[in-house]
Amino acid sequence: MAQKEIENIIDASYKYGFETDVETETAPKGLSEEVIRFISTEKKEPKWLLDFRLKAYNHWLSLKEPQWAKIKYPPIDYQSLYYYTVPKKKKNLKSLDEVDPEILKTYEKLGIPLQEQKALAGVVAVDAVFDSVSVATTYQKHLAEKGIIFCSMSEAVQNHPELIKKYLGSVVPYTDNFFACLNSAVFSDGSFVFIPKSVKCPMELSSYFRINARHSGQFERTLIIAEEGSYVSYLEGCTAPQRDENQLHAAVVEIVVLKNAEVKYSTVQNWYPGDKNGVGGIYNFVTKRGLCHDYAKLSWTQVETGSAITWKYPSCVLLGDHSVGEFYSVALTNNYQQADTGTKMLHLGKNTRSTIVSKGISAGYSNQTYRGLVKMSKNALNGRNFSRCDSLLIGNKCGAHTIPVLINENKTAQVEHEATTSRISEEQLFYCEQRGVNPEDAVSLIVNGFCKEVMQQLPMEFAIEAGKLIGISLEGSIG
Amino acid sequence: MALLEIKNLHVCVGDKEILKGLTLTIEQGTVHAIMGPNGSGKSTLSNVIAGNPVYEVTEGEILFKGKNLLALKTDERANEGVFLGFQYPIEIPGVSYATFLKQALSCKRKYLGETPLDPVQFIKRLKIRAQALGVSDDMLKRSVNVGFSGGEKKRLETLQMAFLEPDFCILDEMDSGLDVDALRVVGQGVGIMREKCRSFMLITHYQRLLDYIEPDIVHIMINGKIVASGDKLLALRVEEKGYACYK
Repeated sequence: MAQKEIENIIDASYKYGFETDVETETAPKGLSEEVIRFISTEKKEPKWLLDFRLKAYNHWLSLKEPQWAKIKYPPIDYQSLYYYTVPKKKKNLKSLDEVDPEILKTYEKLGIPLQEQKALAGVVAVDAVFDSVSVATTYQKHLAEKGIIFCSMSEAVQNHPELIKKYLGSVVPYTDNFFACLNSAVFSDGSFVFIPKSVKCPMELSSYFRINARHSGQFERTLIIAEEGSYVSYLEGCTAPQRDENQLHAAVVEIVVLKNAEVKYSTVQNWYPGDKNGVGGIYNFVTKRGLCHDYAKLSWTQVETGSAITWKYPSCVLLGDHSVGEFYSVALTNNYQQADTGTKMLHLGKNTRSTIVSKGISAGYSNQTYRGLVKMSKNALNGRNFSRCDSLLIGNKCGAHTIPVLINENKTAQVEHEATTSRISEEQLFYCEQRGVNPEDAVSLIVNGFCKEVMQQLPMEFAIEAGKLIGISLEGSIG
Repeated sequence: MALLEIKNLHVCVGDKEILKGLTLTIEQGTVHAIMGPNGSGKSTLSNVIAGNPVYEVTEGEILFKGKNLLALKTDERANEGVFLGFQYPIEIPGVSYATFLKQALSCKRKYLGETPLDPVQFIKRLKIRAQALGVSDDMLKRSVNVGFSGGEKKRLETLQMAFLEPDFCILDEMDSGLDVDALRVVGQGVGIMREKCRSFMLITHYQRLLDYIEPDIVHIMINGKIVASGDKLLALRVEEKGYACYK
């Protein structure tokens, strides 16, 4: 009986599933050179950027969708999507007051404050991306005083073209993979962060991505540059309306961490996961990678509870000597969700270190795979890696798979890998319930305990939210 | 007044009948000891009262404070005031005792319709109880039952009992594998909790625990039934002569 109870608790109720009624402008349906030119013109882009897009598009035409991941989905018809959807607005918004009130209401409902005075007493600056464009970025002036640039990608292209030209595609080239290539051709907006030399960013920077329009894909692109000796903590959140169609999200995140700099990148991914029968939900194909120079540190923390399909491997290229890469992940799948996620740690420099802690929770009929690559190259003298992958199963219809690839080409380097698979036991549930904790809260408590090590890596406000999110995502898995 | 009334209780695990028509009444403010050989059904009885889903009640009834206990879910029984101290406490990795007890208490308050828990009051109350039973702050921060010795686990079970203040406490072979010091802590926990309105049911093999907790009534359980009841002397007699004469 307890086993059945667990299964019923995981019936996720998705509270971000509402739709916002705004007038939109879209590019013509489908993908063609013409559509790409349309996007580029709409955004008044310089020619070099249009050329970048077209090169990517032409390369993409020669690519096939990758098949190696352990995920199943019907073929995506790339010609039936809208690649560019923006809320209709007056030209050149001067202040937040000019943003469509419906959109402001949307973010309010989502708990994302766009009015600076209402924001968490100045601890988080937010860039809000609605379908294909950024609608607002808060605290820009305050940050600019320190020389920090935090704005939408479109603004950055206009105002800081030299930085974009230098770094765009420098970590994830358009030739990297099918989805990154698609993104390079059609990316519409996203966030841009630049932290100047020796500056510690005084607040958390946060982007909030929202897909609203029907039949539209979201292709945002984030670029973070941390100059020598700087520090920034960046958060990313995502939601989408509840729909019975599958929507494509193919983002690219590139991070450049220069000498002695540190970047902490946290994600709480809560795209609509589909209903309990597996209808609808976001297809999330994301490429995230950071390049670490000497003594630089990049730390990825992700809590992945949403999306019908997650395909995502935030990676660190440890190019510089003494650089450090970290990956902390919680992935929770329920119902018919599928996740194939993990990381790549490429040790190129000497004395490089990396840590991987992955916690996967599978419930319902869901399937998830940890896929990781740790590579110590010939030059990775004294490289160190430690990986741990723990899987927790809830019920007996779900699956957990671990596919670690470890390559060591340097005798002085060490690679360690530990893995466990366990199940929420009836005894654990009985013990909690005997203390008065109801089955739903008991599962949430046990799962949160299982993920604790990763959750501790999140900034405080996010950690509490993420803990609750895990509880909500597990709803109905017992009962 | 009777706190717990068990009438003609029959319980199965799978096809096997373990309890075969057990009847027992526990008055408010009393301490009952249940003794018996291995396999007599003592642990089954405590698990059935607590609502462990592994066991199936095929006949009979259990009333708790006059309510039909068998109609309540496990967590509801707990929040009505039933506590089971486990023979083998279960590990919950990553969940500290403090978090665990906070969750338990807030569920209880919600169930009883009381105001939500004040975190400051909670910590205060927990620390007072912990101190009384020699549980350090450090232990409260560690994961529930992970990496503790047998004695420490029982000490922490006792702490949970003292903290949650249940009306009816079942201690299921809490004395197994315990040294004298740990036994004393369990005895001390029960000692400070003994009150007019609270009752205890001690499940034990040996008379030893009863040196630390003096029972009002001792029952002998054999083959799924209570075959004899009496005062503390009964326990001493069993210790001396064994259970053979009841079989």
